[in-house]
Amino acid sequence: MYAQMIKSEATQDDPEKLAAFQARIDAGEKIEPKDWMPEGYRKTLIRQIGQHAHSEIVGQLPEGNWITRAPTLERKAILLAKVQDEAGHGLYLYCAAETLGVSRDEITEMLLDGRMKYSSIFNYPTLNWADIGAVGWLVDGAAIMNQVPLQRTSFGPYSRAMIRICKEESFHQRQGYDAIRKMAEGTPEQKKMAQDALNRLWYPSLMMFGPSDKDSVHSAQSMAWKIKMNTNDELRQKFVDQTVPQAEYLGLTIPDPDLKWNEERGHYDYTDPDWSEFFEVIKGNGPCNVDRLAARNKAWDDGAWVRDGLLAHAKKKATRQHAAE
Amino acid sequence: MATPVNKEDAFSQFLLRMGDNTLILGHRVSEWCGHAPVLEEDIALANTALDLIGQTQMWLGLAAEVQGEGKSADDLAFLRDAWDFRNVLLCEVPNGDFGRTLMRQFLFDAWHSIQLGRLMKSSDERVAAIAEKASKEVAYHLERSADTVVGLGDGTEESHRRMQEALDYLWPYVGEMFQSDEADAEMVKAGIAPDPASLREEYDVLVSRILGDATLIIPDSSFAHKGGRTGAMHTEHLGHLLTQMQWLQRAYPGAKW
Ligand SMILES: [Fe+2]
Ligand SMILES: [Fe+2]
Repeated sequence: MYAQMIKSEATQDDPEKLAAFQARIDAGEKIEPKDWMPEGYRKTLIRQIGQHAHSEIVGQLPEGNWITRAPTLERKAILLAKVQDEAGHGLYLYCAAETLGVSRDEITEMLLDGRMKYSSIFNYPTLNWADIGAVGWLVDGAAIMNQVPLQRTSFGPYSRAMIRICKEESFHQRQGYDAIRKMAEGTPEQKKMAQDALNRLWYPSLMMFGPSDKDSVHSAQSMAWKIKMNTNDELRQKFVDQTVPQAEYLGLTIPDPDLKWNEERGHYDYTDPDWSEFFEVIKGNGPCNVDRLAARNKAWDDGAWVRDGLLAHAKKKATRQHAAE
Repeated sequence: MATPVNKEDAFSQFLLRMGDNTLILGHRVSEWCGHAPVLEEDIALANTALDLIGQTQMWLGLAAEVQGEGKSADDLAFLRDAWDFRNVLLCEVPNGDFGRTLMRQFLFDAWHSIQLGRLMKSSDERVAAIAEKASKEVAYHLERSADTVVGLGDGTEESHRRMQEALDYLWPYVGEMFQSDEADAEMVKAGIAPDPASLREEYDVLVSRILGDATLIIPDSSFAHKGGRTGAMHTEHLGHLLTQMQWLQRAYPGAKW
């Protein structure tokens, strides 16, 4: 889940219009950019779609960290293709946000100066090659949990972006699982890498769903608007239930001694992540926050002359064409 | 460096030259991942790198087959030392700024597209088939790198200056693509590949036209660094690139990934 703790905006619109709007959503209609919408709906969506888009972009960094060290040509090609997909996801989502009246440059600036967030997971490092498999398996896996239901979200452009993105995310997850399976079935050192990756990424993956429902204050309005489809804990439970048997199949141990099947509930009982760590990461104190944001700022600043140059050329070309007509 | 004496050695040499060019340049381009000036460029650079790595799998796969020593494309990519690499020096020079990366890409794409066009008529069907597949991808690379070189060359004062600096730095690495040796002569004789020198005229026409549109001036020097495609003398940069690229394979010999 790439959007965490999205604050729903309060809405002060005409009650009649609001009721009609809610009725459309309840009837399962899609809201399109030109339709009337409450200001709070629009702002909340910008924040949510923006955070999702930024996560795709910043998410290139921990994976890009291993592209130049990928161990085979095939693994290198798979990773390049995945990172290219993620950048493409960022692009669709920025386009969806643009339909709500925020330009890509504006929303990018908000990421770069820290006004907008990206998923906490990308503030954790990728330290060995198995992390690349684990990211596909767990991080893309967790993202899918959230994004599959969002295909039915009420805002048309967001829903359509999700439909395109989900196809690619499930592909990433399968490839990630395949990569970590190779490691888990490999030499003792490879197995150690796979276990190390799971040890470090398990709790940060659980954090991707956001705080526990009892502490999650912004859900009700977003759920009524169908821009949030399930509660954080529902999705987290679903993720745990799906992932535990996969880890068992790999012969890897989930770093939670209290993890066990609960016959009565029909779910696994598991230990919650350390929420104080989560809130530190959100505040900027994760292991990689400073470096990730510095890398994005450097790319943007170093690229200014390129963007300016291409824009200047496009203008010259248009002027010349105009003069020739 | 051994002088190839027979057709098999010459063929293997030729295939390594093709595959090492795409491997090393693909690696360099992949270093940009997540750091490009604009999202569309992140996507395009990743796409270019991906195409080049895909072409590497085909060229080095065929090289391994021709060598007949039971090696794989991965063995050739990850387990050779610098002196066994046969890429031109142009492919291994560091990325520099985005302007230098795109200028290097253009200077290579222009050669690559002409070379692949000739190889599509190769007497060896396997070579012709790889060239046919790669040429579609490379036509797109060339279109993109040429457009970007023109856009930045004829953009702002700063972008123009940076592109001229990139061209001045890279021009001495262009000539090596057209040098030939006994292995090339053997390939010409067998009808497998063209004489590198025979590509120069078409290259100069193409490159002059694009660089002219970009308002850039080709340096008035025909000096050419060499030593990459023969393996006689690479730059200092290649060793560092291999250190990173080959690390896992070297540190954990025999592991399957
Ligand atoms: Fe994605
Ligand atoms: Fe993904």
